[in-house]
Amino acid sequence: MIKFLFKGILRDRSRSLFPFLIVTAGVFLTVALYCYIKGAEASFIQSNANLLSGHVRVMTRAYAQEVDQIPNDLALTELQSLLQDLQARFPGFIWTPRIRFGGLLDVPDENGETRSQGPAAGMAVRLLSSPTSEIERLDLKKSVVRGRLPERPKEVLISDEFARKLGLNPGERATLISSTMFGSMSLTNFIVAGTIRFGITAMDKTAMIADLGDIQEALDMEDAAGEVLGFSKDSVYRQRQVNEMAVSFNSSQSHSSADLSPVMMTLRDLPGMAYTIDRLSYVAAVIVGIFLLVMSLVLWNAGLLGSLRRYGEIGVRLAIGESKGHLYRSMIYESLLIGFLGTLAGTGLGLTLSYYLQAKGIDISSMMKNAAMMIPNVLHSQVTPFAYVIGFLPGLLATLLGTSIAGRGIYKRQTAQLFKELET
Amino acid sequence: MKKILSSVPLIFVLAASAQAQTLSADQILDRIDENAVAGNRTSVVEMIIHSRRATRTLKLKSWVQGEDKAFTEFLEPARERGTKMLKLGDQLWTYSPDADRTISISGHMLRQSIMGSDLSYEDMLEDRKLRLVYEATVAGEETIIDRPCWVLELKAKAGDVAYYSRKIWVDRERFVLLREVRFAKSGRELKTLEVKSIIRAQNRWVQNDVVFKDALKAGDGTEFIIQSIEFDAAIPESLFTKASLRK
Repeated sequence: MIKFLFKGILRDRSRSLFPFLIVTAGVFLTVALYCYIKGAEASFIQSNANLLSGHVRVMTRAYAQEVDQIPNDLALTELQSLLQDLQARFPGFIWTPRIRFGGLLDVPDENGETRSQGPAAGMAVRLLSSPTSEIERLDLKKSVVRGRLPERPKEVLISDEFARKLGLNPGERATLISSTMFGSMSLTNFIVAGTIRFGITAMDKTAMIADLGDIQEALDMEDAAGEVLGFSKDSVYRQRQVNEMAVSFNSSQSHSSADLSPVMMTLRDLPGMAYTIDRLSYVAAVIVGIFLLVMSLVLWNAGLLGSLRRYGEIGVRLAIGESKGHLYRSMIYESLLIGFLGTLAGTGLGLTLSYYLQAKGIDISSMMKNAAMMIPNVLHSQVTPFAYVIGFLPGLLATLLGTSIAGRGIYKRQTAQLFKELET
Repeated sequence: MKKILSSVPLIFVLAASAQAQTLSADQILDRIDENAVAGNRTSVVEMIIHSRRATRTLKLKSWVQGEDKAFTEFLEPARERGTKMLKLGDQLWTYSPDADRTISISGHMLRQSIMGSDLSYEDMLEDRKLRLVYEATVAGEETIIDRPCWVLELKAKAGDVAYYSRKIWVDRERFVLLREVRFAKSGRELKTLEVKSIIRAQNRWVQNDVVFKDALKAGDGTEFIIQSIEFDAAIPESLFTKASLRK
């Protein structure tokens, strides 16, 4: 039966080509969009984890409440002891302290007077201490535009856009004007080792990357840090795992209600992060749903057109004794076959494009000029195992629905009038 | 006779009280400014910052000339030693010996606290005579640290002030502020000042121990204790120059 139908589809393209193309196009778009949304979601999570919050983040309760203001006066103290504790309790994670800081970067002229000045959004990470995975995690080597990575204390990286705005070149001196952990004004000289471009608009405007030790000294934060970030060793974010870790850690701290006791939060606890992740998943589901609906409508229409075109064929088959049920079922099988072939073709094309976009990505920087979120300027697709099968849902279901609805016309044909109809 | 003698002090008190009652709010402000604003003044002050996390003590020396010129040098602790500030009119600079840089404090930086205290750079600039800046009304009388006080409500004459309104408690005899609350235009309380003790120095009454508190900041405020003060001291004019910051 299948062989018979298959031959029919191949030999009479008028009945199969249009539905096949519709299914192929729909499945292609579904697969490509699904992979792109998955890629955007993964990029979004990874960017935020690497640059902002890790997979989990430990800070003081008071700091967590005002985290947007970067309140370093509420930073974690007794840092080494905390790091040892975290390492012992959660060995599957890499723990790294960071200090985020704000301030003014002031560029002096030859007389020491201010030549240019601008607000800096700084991040202190372990750049010089060994071993450190921060350089790889922040992808600093690839991000360098001019100059080099810091090799000595008091050397920093600043974003290339910021450097150009300040008229600052690698090798030149700049003074960071900030506040110490105790609120005193802090003026510290740094040498710009290089300029960088993260490819994230929110970071590229005013970013400054310094060694943790230098900033601890500058901001009077000995054995202290604003945050300790935890990354799973295989770099995969697992919500259930980090939830369990946070509950375990926080319950062990529950004896202490002090504002300055540490608290662990997950990536999802970042303001707006849960909403964004949920929204991306929702969008992926909506896209599949919309394609399913649209393709069903188109294929229903195609089925109606096909029925009209195959009016005579259906009439002859009914006239020679084929039952309406058998005819209806054979058309359903035929549509499933077309759906299957279209899905294979669409999935193949969709995956091809997705693999290409996984490697090359799409530059969305023109849309992100004023973005404050940690979204990379180039979004890559991500091909997941589910991408291989997601097209089958709309591909098969749409053809099935379309033909089921259109095929109902078979039952409306009156056998008594068949020969009369065929004569005309 | 005895009755008459015993009533003499009472007569003086009543006379003084009658004189005080006749003072208008503006006259009270004049007397405050007269007591507070000196030609020249040098002082060594201990600044104890009771922040949310810890208590820190800093020591500073300041040289003040009239309302427009002031020079401050931090003496302790070691980390802050040599940090200097210069005020000339409405301009302010700070010098850091570690960075060997002189930075102009302006714009939003004026709102930042000095050394983590409850005092902002803006507060430091706000040294004009009250009479020139505010319109005052007498709102009542109260007793603060066993001293009878007038309660005055001050409202800014113009918009170029850090605090739109203030409520001050003024010692009726000494014309020195014993308590003060500073408000934003919205009516929100911004800063408070509580005087703990007063000393007499060179015919002036001086607030010797003051707690200044930023109402929007956690912690127990910043205590300023005057260790020494001298009025009309000789101050070289060259001190009030940017060049002196780096010396």
